[in-house]
Formats: sequence, C-alpha cells, structure tokens
Amino acid sequence: MKKKIIGWIFVFSTAAATLLIVSAIGFMLFEIIRGGWGKISWEFLTGAPAEGMTAGGIFPAIIGTVLLVLIMSVAAVPIGTITAIYLSEYANRNSIFTKLIRFAVNTLAGVPAIVFGLFGLGFFVQFVGGGIDKFISGDAQLHWGQPNILWASLTMALLTLPVVIVSVEESLRAVPRDLREGSLALGATKFQTIIKVVLPNAYTGILTGAILAVGRGAGEVAPILFTGVAYFLPHLPSSLSDQFMQLGYHLYVMSTQSTDVEATIGIQYATALVLLALTFLLNFSAVFLRYRLRAKAI
Amino acid sequence: MTTETKIVTKNLNLHYGEKHALKNISLDIPVNRVTALIGPSGCGKSTFLRSLNRMNDLIDNAKIDGSVLIDGTDIYHNGIDVVELRKKVGMIFQKSNPFPKSIYDNVAYGPRINGIHDKKILDEIVEQSLQRSALLDEVKDDLKKSGLALSGGQQQRLCIARALAVNPDVLLMDEPASALDPIATAKIEELIYELKENYTIVIVTHNMQQAARVSDYTAFFYIGSLIEYDETKKIFTTPKEKQTEDYITGRFG
Repeated sequence: MKKKIIGWIFVFSTAAATLLIVSAIGFMLFEIIRGGWGKISWEFLTGAPAEGMTAGGIFPAIIGTVLLVLIMSVAAVPIGTITAIYLSEYANRNSIFTKLIRFAVNTLAGVPAIVFGLFGLGFFVQFVGGGIDKFISGDAQLHWGQPNILWASLTMALLTLPVVIVSVEESLRAVPRDLREGSLALGATKFQTIIKVVLPNAYTGILTGAILAVGRGAGEVAPILFTGVAYFLPHLPSSLSDQFMQLGYHLYVMSTQSTDVEATIGIQYATALVLLALTFLLNFSAVFLRYRLRAKAI
Repeated sequence: MTTETKIVTKNLNLHYGEKHALKNISLDIPVNRVTALIGPSGCGKSTFLRSLNRMNDLIDNAKIDGSVLIDGTDIYHNGIDVVELRKKVGMIFQKSNPFPKSIYDNVAYGPRINGIHDKKILDEIVEQSLQRSALLDEVKDDLKKSGLALSGGQQQRLCIARALAVNPDVLLMDEPASALDPIATAKIEELIYELKENYTIVIVTHNMQQAARVSDYTAFFYIGSLIEYDETKKIFTTPKEKQTEDYITGRFG
C-alpha cells in the first residue's frame, strides 16, 4: 500500500511539473496573441515605424532579423560542420590538441551573450573593419570600421557555432560504423567515405544544427547590440556595411527607450507575436525539409 | 598444398593494447579455393580476416607485426596503398550493410569512386555484378529501389554484388550468413560455391556444417593461435589435434 502511494505521488508530481511548463507556455502565447493579434495588419507588417515608434509598422525589423539569421547561418553552418567533421572523423580523440578544441567549444557555449557583443565590437568592428578601412582609404574614412549587419551576423555566428558543432558532431557519430567500413572496404578513401556516405547520412543532424542555431540567433539581442543593430532606421539595409533593425532589439527599444512607452504597448505585443511566428516559421520549414530528406533517404 | 597460394601470412602477431589477439599466425591460403576460419568467439578469426585487407588499421590501438603476402607482395610494407589493396581484397560483413541508396547506386559505388562515370559502362558493371551475385533476376525491374527495401538475404547478396563490382581477386567474408534464415543461407552458400571459380574466398563462420559444406580448407583458431589447418575433409574426419576434435564435435566452444 505504501509503495502504491509513493507511486501515485510520483505520477502526480511529474504531471504537475509538466502542467506547470505547458501552462507557462500557454499563458505566454495567450497573452501575446491576445495583446498583439488586433494590431497585426498588412500595413503593420510592411510599413516602417512612424511617429516615434508609436505608430507604423515593423517591416525593417522583420527583414533585418531574417537577413541577420541568414548571413549568420551562411557563416556558422559550414564552419561548424567542417569543425565537427574534423573532431568526429579525423582528430585523435585522446590528443591534447583535440581536448583543447573541445574545451574551447564548450567554453564558447558558456560565454555570456553580451561578452560576444563586446568581442564583436573589438574584433570585427574595430580590428577587422578598421583594418580594412585603413587598408583601403588610409584611415580617413570610416566605412567598414563601424557596426553593420555583416559584423553583427558574424558575431552571432560565433555565438551559435558551438550549437552547430555539437549537434553535427553527434549526428556524424550516429552514422553506423558498418556503413563507413563498407565504403572503406570497397577501396574508398577516407575523404570519399565522408563525402559520399557519412555526410549524406548526417544531413538531418546538420539541419538540426542549423535549426537550433537559427532559433538561438533569432532570439538573441546582446551580441548585436554594439556590432550592427540600429535604434531606428526607416529604410532596409542595402549592403553588408549597412546597419539594420531587429525585432528583439526593437522590442527592447520600444519598451525602455521610447518617449511614450504606454503608446507602444500594442505594437510591442504585435512585435513579440511576429518574432515568435518568424522563429516558428524558420523552425518549421527546417523541420519540413528534414522530414522530406529523411523520407527520400528511405 | 597442391594448388598455388594466394595469401601467405608469416608470424603474424596483433595486439590490441595489452591484449595479444593473434599469436604467430602462419598460414597459406590457396588461390580460387574457399578457406574457412573456425573457432569459438573471441579466438581471433575475425581479427585475422580483417588483417588481410588492413581493416584493423581503423582501430586505434591495434599493433601488428609479421607479414601478410598477397601475390607475393607484403601488404604491410610501407609503400603499400591501402586503398588499392582494398580494391583487390573485397569484404563482406556479418551484418549486411547496403548504403541507404538505390540498388543501382549501391553496386555502382565502387566503380564510381574509381572514376568510372560512363553510364553505359556502369550499367554493364551493375548488371554483371548482380548477375554474379545471383540477385539480378530478383531485382532487375527495380534497380532504382532502395537497397534497404530488400530482404536480409537479398541485402547480403547486394553487398556481394557491390564488392564484385570493383573486380577484386579475394573475397573476405565475416560470417556472411549468420543473420539469415536457412533458405537465404543456402543461397549464399551456393553463391560461394560458384564464386570460388574466379575468386579466392576466406570465410569466417560459426557454423560447423557451413564450414564443412562450403570450404576446401579449414583453419581452427583458439585464443589467438592457429591450432590446426588442413583440407576441410581431414579437419572434420581425422583432426590431428585434440582441441580441434573437441571443438568440431561440440564438446566446447
């Protein structure tokens, strides 16, 4: 009887914990949709902020967020994948060098986002960007040596790199040894085996890595704070050296920096809703792609 | 030996870290015959097989000394190209391992990595290899079908076709039928019988009857040592060693 009671208590507490999480998410979604849904309109989605952000739309912030995430992925996914290939396929697991890389990756994952922002400012904006300017125009003009979407994306890529590396490496390890040996036994080189057998079987993992990176990148604000995001910009970035608006930062600006915070509340809800929907959409399309690829593989 | 030898191992020793897995194995494997390696689990027969195409190279702490000569060339010599070696010495694994690709692409894998991309030549190689592995009649209408959609026995024959497509001289088989039902097993055995006309086959098996049925020569391994090696019918009727006799009559192992 006593055992039975303990069993029930256990079941009850797991159910209660689950309910807590689900209701927290449900409440958040409900609040955001309730507050924001009415504000969503074609004009809101395609217009620029107006009247000190108390009116108008968020189009530049949507496009800025999408561009940021895309450029970030273009940088982080290939570099992360190549690193993962090295770690999982080539590196000697017990060498000091490999342990050092692993330690670096883990440390990178634990560094606070704001530190990445400061690093981006120091390294990309001032050192790399400033260096390019000096090289081109002999430090007369600031062109690359100021915050822009490229430096922000690269800073964000650094932040998401560990996520990509870890998930790709896991998926590479999950490729059965049988398949690798089958390929090698046919006289394939290690490189051929990786390209033709290992990577095609790890596609889903690489995509998962990209999904996680995108999800993380779309939500973070701190890394882009000093490296490229703009307070207000009515036009879209037209080159990599332009600044940009971003949904998360726009939310922050409206809720803390606006001259009339009360007047922006509706727009804040709607912006949060769009940010959620965008992340959701990006994730969903990646999941869909993954599903398609997996169906094709079998 | 009455026939020509294909593979000669001389004082082959292999260590996995501290473990002495192969002890001084000297064995002559004849050309175009089936040589079976038998012995209880962990006796080193699979390790020995994998040292013939240097698959043991993939294991970090494996250390090998002694020599393995194939057609008179020491495959552990410094200048040897392992990739070339493995083209010449094909391998069939215990668990069939077709790539998650179509039947056609599975068989064409080897030729393609060797740089053959001409559709006509590939078609021919694929057909011929499937023919030789006795699979063609069952799959010729849907070569585009995934190799994983085949039955276990068909998958194993697909793997044999895949190995044949790179035109090896030697086929190493690591318990190729251990996961198959009796009918599929019989087909594989039949195939082995046909293949030995053109290939030198070395097969590891746990199944005594199988060794007796398919092989011309049998080597009995025990705890890393080669205990006895002779013609199969002698091993199974008049073994010289007591350990061999005990094992084949099922008294241990």
